[in-house]
Amino acid sequence: MAFFLQMLVTGIVVGSVYALVALGFVLIYKSSDAINFAQGEFLLIGTYVCLTLVASYNVPFIAALLLALAFSALLGWSVEKVVLRPFIGKPVISMIMATIGLSSVLAGIVHIIWGHETRVYPPVFSEKPLQFGEVIIAPVYAWSFVIVMIWLVIFTLFFKYSRFGIAMRATADDQQAALSMGISVKTIFAIAWAIAAIVSAVGGVLLGNINGVNSSLSLIGLKVLPVAILGGLDSIPGAIIGGILIGIIESMTGGYLDPLVGGGLKEVIPFVILVIILMVKPYGLFGKKEIERV
Amino acid sequence: MVRNPFVMQCGEFHVDYKQDMAIWKIARVRWRIFMIVALFALFPMVATDYVVGLATLCGIAAIGAIGLNILTGFTGQISIGVGAFLGVGGYTSAILTTKLGLSFWVAFPLAGLITALVGALFGIPSLRLKGLYLAIATLAAQVIILFVISRWDSLTGGTAGLVLNRPQIGSFTFMSEMSYYYLMFVVLLITIVFSLNLFRTRVGRAFIAIRDRDIAAEVMGIDLFKYKVLAFFVSSFFVGIAGALLGHYTMIVSPELYSISVSIEYLAMILVGGLGSVFGSLYGAVFITLMPVVLRSVVDVLSGTFPGLEGVLVGMKEVVFGVVIILFLVYEPDGLNKMWSNIKNYFRLWPFSYTK
Repeated sequence: MAFFLQMLVTGIVVGSVYALVALGFVLIYKSSDAINFAQGEFLLIGTYVCLTLVASYNVPFIAALLLALAFSALLGWSVEKVVLRPFIGKPVISMIMATIGLSSVLAGIVHIIWGHETRVYPPVFSEKPLQFGEVIIAPVYAWSFVIVMIWLVIFTLFFKYSRFGIAMRATADDQQAALSMGISVKTIFAIAWAIAAIVSAVGGVLLGNINGVNSSLSLIGLKVLPVAILGGLDSIPGAIIGGILIGIIESMTGGYLDPLVGGGLKEVIPFVILVIILMVKPYGLFGKKEIERV
Repeated sequence: MVRNPFVMQCGEFHVDYKQDMAIWKIARVRWRIFMIVALFALFPMVATDYVVGLATLCGIAAIGAIGLNILTGFTGQISIGVGAFLGVGGYTSAILTTKLGLSFWVAFPLAGLITALVGALFGIPSLRLKGLYLAIATLAAQVIILFVISRWDSLTGGTAGLVLNRPQIGSFTFMSEMSYYYLMFVVLLITIVFSLNLFRTRVGRAFIAIRDRDIAAEVMGIDLFKYKVLAFFVSSFFVGIAGALLGHYTMIVSPELYSISVSIEYLAMILVGGLGSVFGSLYGAVFITLMPVVLRSVVDVLSGTFPGLEGVLVGMKEVVFGVVIILFLVYEPDGLNKMWSNIKNYFRLWPFSYTK
């Protein structure tokens, strides 16, 4: 039982990070119908910037995190302006290839600047494990969960009450109507990309604190796909629930099934779920069904 | 008397559908093409082994790219799983030749056929999924197939992979670069002729109709499921053939050779070359295959002036690759094929282009 709970807690924590990153992904899809294959690279750049500030310039962690987030926001904003703007309304394959090209450029830049070897954060959180009954949690995990929850609350409030949040929901609902109400859809797209870069950076910093930082961290960018599909590509609550579900399933598979097949199943199981979901319920748990007419 | 075969026609004057469908629009095109083919057939006689080897790699990539273009460019079904299908082709041929001891000439078509069946299997979701969702499903196929390959140790040799032999006829082995080039060349020619003709048939036109508007195509009586799965089948066949050729050329198959970046490279090939164009696939394959080679030699030249450039070569390759994709998408979405035809059109009525 203790093992089960341990796996469950790990799954929820890792899943909540997936949820956060998937949130950015869904946000971009919702506002501009683009699938962002560069999400993983956003994550990587955010965490590398934070790591460099902490490790090389001795900036306090919180300040470094905020600076990294500001940098990510700027990156997301300018990437939308420079690279993605020409592709609005273009065929799906152009959009996909554009973000794939973008991810290649960003990955290349990361390799040029930071190289390939794994780096670790200097210990930020205390090392003393927390004990809840039978379950032992590393403070890194507990703090990650708390930080993700704070961000999710911030975003819920942002979408519900702030001017830009409401404008974003309006744009996602009906672009033309939003335009005619005087909302600058271009600004909304740019904000969506900035937010996506911010949440990815937060996810990257947290995962970097848990596992260390190297370029394979960008694979999270692919894992976001099963999460988003499970929850429904255009649903923000779906992304959150999907993230946590995928995290739990992954962790359980790692705990119970991996020893049987000799490892590696953990990485693949989200994609198996992805295929099943696509076959059974293509629009996910909460996604909006599209109706097509000739 | 053979007149100058490089004279271009100055316009198109078709009075019936037969002329419109013809591969040789005018008789001289035939001579021109024969001369170009002869040129490529003779070039290994004068080129060095290194160049011939590069040409072989380009040709193999072109076979795979034509396969992918049949699916993505002509039928409009985006696939991010080509890498894994190349792997299926390579591994099938490897297993059949090394474990079952079959001859290459039996294993080679079988590799294509088995890849085609696997492709058709993963094409089944295409009935319900389109565009983005299908792309994501094929991405999942890529991940799952690679997992199976790297875990099925008893059959595939796990992460270490398998070692292959070069094909043989009697006592002759295709060991030299030149002999393997000719093997590739024959397969490539067959692929090109087949796919050029495919789109003059009922099946090929059905593919194009599905790409342009699938629901409208269905209304016109095209069985969507049948033709979509067929497109996956035909496309994966060529990808599998390319995979088998590549496996026997490099003489090794292992999971990391078929990663997702390979899928992306092939997508880049058809995009840079031109979606929905057989010759475009060819140009794109050559372009993307040679790009890192050219980049490497540029770096070699510059590294004298800028020491340390060697260390960032991998990163630079990625940056250049991404920039090329984005620039093509922005400035010439129809790719090299369109550029080439623009050039031809410019000279068609030169210097009086405005009279067109």
